[in-house]
Amino acid sequence: MASSSSGGSGSGSEMQRTAQHRISVIAGHLRRPAEGDVAVRAEECKAPQSRLEASGDGRTVPMKRHEVMKWNGWGYSDSRFLFNKKGQAEFTGKRYKLSGMILPALKDWFEGTFGASLQHKSPATPLLNTSAVQAPTLNQDFVEELKSIGVPFSHEAEDRAFRGHGHCLHEIFALREGKIGRVPDMVVWPNCHNDVEKIVALACKHNVCLIPYGGGTSVSSALECPPEETRSIVSLDTSQMNRILWIDEKNLTAHVEAGIIGQDLERLLNESGYCTGHEPDSMEFSSLGGWVSTRASGMKKNIYGNIEDLVVHIKMVTPQGVIEKSCQGPRMSTGPDIHHFILGSEGTLGVVTEVTMKIRPVPEYQKYGSVVFPNFEQGVACLREVAKQRCAPASIRLMDNEQFMFGHALKPQVSSIFTSFLDGLKKFYITKFKGFDPSRLCVATLLFEGNREKVLQHEKQVYDIAAKFGGLAAGEDNGQRGYMLTFVIAYLRDLGMDYYVIAESFETSVPWDRVLDVCRNVKARVVRECKDKGVQFSPLSSCRVTQTYDAGACVYFYFAFNYRGLSDPVHVYEQVEHAAREEILANGGSLSHHHGVGKLRKEWMRETVSEVGVGMLQSVKDYVDPKNIFGNRNLL
Amino acid sequence: MKASDRDLRGMKDDEFVDILEERRCSSDLGHAFRTFNPQPYKGGPPCSAADLNKALLDSHFLHRVVKEVAMETGSSQEKVMEEAGEILVEMSHNLHLPFIRLMGYTFSKVIKRLFTSIFVNMDGLNTLQQAVQENPVILMPNHRSYVDFLIISYILFTYDIPVPVIAAGVPLAEMKIVGEILRRSGAFFIRRSIGSDKLYWAVLSEYVRGIVRHGFAPVEFYVEGLRSRTLKSLTPKLGMMQMVLEPYFKGEVFDITLVPISISYDRVLEESLLARELLGVPKPKESTAGLLKASRVLQEDYGSMQVNFGQPLSVRKLCEGKINRSYYNLVPRDLPMKPSAEALACVSWLAHVVVGLQERGSLISPWSLMACLLIQEPTTVLAEQGLLWDDLTEKTLWLRKMVLDFGARLNWPGEAPNSAVMSSAISLHRSIVYLKAGRVYLTQEEVPLRRHRISPEEGVFRTAVPVLMLAAYRNQSLHALVRPAMLAMSICITRSTQRDELFRFFCFLQEVFANEFIFIPGNLSQDFEEACLCLNSCGAVYISEQEVRVSEQSSEVITFLQKLLQPFIDSYQLIFRCVCEEEQVQVFTEKQFLAAVRALALKLILSGELHTYETLSSDTQKNVLSALCRLEAVAKLRTSEINEFKVNKAAVRRITDALCGKIPPQMLQAPPDARL
Repeated sequence: MASSSSGGSGSGSEMQRTAQHRISVIAGHLRRPAEGDVAVRAEECKAPQSRLEASGDGRTVPMKRHEVMKWNGWGYSDSRFLFNKKGQAEFTGKRYKLSGMILPALKDWFEGTFGASLQHKSPATPLLNTSAVQAPTLNQDFVEELKSIGVPFSHEAEDRAFRGHGHCLHEIFALREGKIGRVPDMVVWPNCHNDVEKIVALACKHNVCLIPYGGGTSVSSALECPPEETRSIVSLDTSQMNRILWIDEKNLTAHVEAGIIGQDLERLLNESGYCTGHEPDSMEFSSLGGWVSTRASGMKKNIYGNIEDLVVHIKMVTPQGVIEKSCQGPRMSTGPDIHHFILGSEGTLGVVTEVTMKIRPVPEYQKYGSVVFPNFEQGVACLREVAKQRCAPASIRLMDNEQFMFGHALKPQVSSIFTSFLDGLKKFYITKFKGFDPSRLCVATLLFEGNREKVLQHEKQVYDIAAKFGGLAAGEDNGQRGYMLTFVIAYLRDLGMDYYVIAESFETSVPWDRVLDVCRNVKARVVRECKDKGVQFSPLSSCRVTQTYDAGACVYFYFAFNYRGLSDPVHVYEQVEHAAREEILANGGSLSHHHGVGKLRKEWMRETVSEVGVGMLQSVKDYVDPKNIFGNRNLL
Repeated sequence: MKASDRDLRGMKDDEFVDILEERRCSSDLGHAFRTFNPQPYKGGPPCSAADLNKALLDSHFLHRVVKEVAMETGSSQEKVMEEAGEILVEMSHNLHLPFIRLMGYTFSKVIKRLFTSIFVNMDGLNTLQQAVQENPVILMPNHRSYVDFLIISYILFTYDIPVPVIAAGVPLAEMKIVGEILRRSGAFFIRRSIGSDKLYWAVLSEYVRGIVRHGFAPVEFYVEGLRSRTLKSLTPKLGMMQMVLEPYFKGEVFDITLVPISISYDRVLEESLLARELLGVPKPKESTAGLLKASRVLQEDYGSMQVNFGQPLSVRKLCEGKINRSYYNLVPRDLPMKPSAEALACVSWLAHVVVGLQERGSLISPWSLMACLLIQEPTTVLAEQGLLWDDLTEKTLWLRKMVLDFGARLNWPGEAPNSAVMSSAISLHRSIVYLKAGRVYLTQEEVPLRRHRISPEEGVFRTAVPVLMLAAYRNQSLHALVRPAMLAMSICITRSTQRDELFRFFCFLQEVFANEFIFIPGNLSQDFEEACLCLNSCGAVYISEQEVRVSEQSSEVITFLQKLLQPFIDSYQLIFRCVCEEEQVQVFTEKQFLAAVRALALKLILSGELHTYETLSSDTQKNVLSALCRLEAVAKLRTSEINEFKVNKAAVRRITDALCGKIPPQMLQAPPDARL
């Protein structure tokens, strides 16, 4: 079946029934409790799609991104946290289940953790001052020819400013202050693979610099325009290449244009009864092409695999022409896998235009869960055992004590005395009866998927292992709230920045025997560096183990601090992050598990992959793109 | 008290508190049963000594080593494992609060007898109390007396800080009852000569690392390895130091805190025993019976004792840029691995830094200053004519001012007049000197009545005992004076004013005397700079870019400092001569060497050619041998069981000539001593 399924039509009523069923399953998890008890459980996080018809054709991302998204912060313009007149935190908009909710505990946590105060505001510049954006340097010949091939483009300030950054703290901080650095000189919106071929050919002909742009969620300075670039910079926005070209039910693959963003891909496949199962935390906004070019990792990789396990075929347009394999064999022994030149190339070699991906039937049953451990050490030991027995659920994550507290601060208002009584009882049971120290305990969140019977069986197996490490099952709510944190954390950072608090996250992967060491040392290093750099109030320094592998784990760190009294907070933050990365590397952690290198972590590439390794990559670049058309200068 | 008075005492009275004062006015039993509730290390959940031992026996590291040892020796793994278990039993501490209380009670009783006061710096204790909560702490006291052994535990117990586990020698464990008490007070026991016993090394190192990793308790050990017989700092031993630091190098702990502790005594309990040992009388074996016999020493007065807790040092900060921790990234955590050369150099450097800080933290007593002056008098004069008391007091006050100018810390009681301070110092040390009719004389042991006459050699020996004791007390001040003294010596020998020439000779002296005085490796220019500033501060020299010029009016400083080092120069020159003299002998054992040196020294002292008795000290003799090995003038032969040495006479003569300024010193570059 080769018909386009982007409209969700055509595949017969069978498929639609499956899809309907799937949606009702999900809805079952997400629905607000119907009557009586209006207390809200930790709710689903991603904005459910059906309400959003912003771009008219069912796609989330319009060409004019700034019409729905913030120009100087995370996510949708209508969704943000704020402290209302009563000093209570609430989440605006209607997209998320958390939208419109009051979070009564957040203020105290926020003030207590950071020494911040609602009296001390640091608001952002509300509107983009277009005059602050440099006039574009245009390559007239290129523009003329582009017009002739009929590809839409723009050199309006809003469009350009939006594509000159990712979501690193320093990038957002600068935007909030209204500072705009070098941005692309124009934006083009190809509609298909052929458009891209034409654009790249023109760019080569006229020597302009191309920077591919997918979802814009980079956190590695990958989208920053190199200030030393003197040529005209063209941002190649793939967002309009967002169709599923075909679904192959016999081989369980789907052929998809690379500009599609995660939530659209999942929604459209779901309509046909399938999913990719690839759910990176950024999936609301990040694109398939972006995943391929950064070696992305999804939350449920234990079942579905990471992006490199999911792709079957990749098509990429380079200055030398199109690179792709001739067949879709599931594995080949044909020299080094050319996909691995593309995966993680971070836009330095070309533009990924189409990808064939594995798909799976939508699972019939999903269940969240959580386990409380007396301390982080026990938690890690349990995760290690789960990995050893290869029985990890779709997702298993271990939050440290600080994050556990943070998660609690995000509990929505409880209106029933009964619920708060229950909460109290649970707390009493864990801390008093079981003797857990509230300042040490930590929680693992779990997500099981599959058929109902197997999920329940699997759940039991995991809980049994957890019990051996002193873990106590702590309910679905806690689990779900843990995953919610993932999706709202970026919104919360914007709230912090309104009150002199800046925050960032970074990640690594590390062998099992060093997980505890990396966690302890990096957290402590962040605290010490903040202190040494004059940060007045002790920072939040927290971590979680987010993925398990046979030979190690992925660890994710958050740090945030109150920057009142610092003359150059971004510089301090950069020094702290730099020190933290040094600490990771010194303790046997990797440079990155899935964020990529970009320009932010380039300086460590040589020690990471060795001199020869860098030479290999460089020689590929030299052959594929001798004129450095793809000139974002990431990676090398 | 006026500020200037306080400065002259060199010790601020708000800093130091006499902990015996409270013990004298409240019940010792009450003290022993006080509520002991220290703030523990926050880094991990508390664990018991038994947990620690179990974790060790279960560790992958030990299992790997056991497997290797079993393969090598051909015995079964179970057997080797059993052996490891026995080693652990012999080694491990069994820290028990009730025993700490018992120890505390006994200790209160004993130290109140021995000492008039024990001064402890409170701010040091307060910072320590914070530090033990943050990171694993290593307490590193200097070791001058057996009393050192439990004093730290006693103080920490008194001030609600977790009591340490202490590295001790196995002979202590073998003492009846006492050994067990020590074990339960936190001592763990290490064999003296481990050699290449792989299993023992493995158990010991994993044991120590385990304690540090878990932050079970502060670890206390003597980085000098031994009690210093000469009251001078010893070249640090690196084995233990490396074990405690490895958890940091491997990233198993975020940081480790080192706390140098300086213990100084007005009078050391073992003073005469030490002097005799240096003269070749073997040290009595540690035994409980011996301890009881020694109770006679309890009758005497030992003045006061000072315990100065230094500023906690962050290993992480100190090692920044010195160590590449990713060295361990590509091998399993528990693989037995040789440390990198870089790590060894860093360990050595850190150990020297700590010894340096121990020295700077030591308080110099009035008596030590007097000893510096007394020992510069010819021995015969001191023994027979005596030294005018007024001269001595006047010069002591002069010296006091000088060492204060040099930035040393002094323990000069402020409440009494200076003369009283000095005469009480003399009476405290009547085993060495006594005051009679306005003159100070050297005390000599009375001749047993039955013996009518003593041989001249015995006479030398009888004089040598108090002289070496005197030298030991002089050594208590040496750390404050040695840098300027080396510069003064360089000035006297080279007769140059050129800064770079003086610097070259200064470096040469450091190199030759590296076993006598502890300098931090790679710190030469700072040491030289410090020496210049010291001499400049007391007006002895003028310094400029290129020159260091002696000022005419205060040549007595230079003379004093030169005479301070002269005994060392003389001893070294004599021993060099001795090594070269024996015409036919090219190869000798250490025993032969010591005997030959002693014989020659005796002969020359009797003939009046050699003025210092310190050549007789086996410590000096061994140091010269090490120095010659280090300078590659003597080679250690490893062919036989007993160590034999082969001498390169030409090289020794070159050093001799350089040392008396006949030829310019060529810098004798030797790699840092990285032996473990």
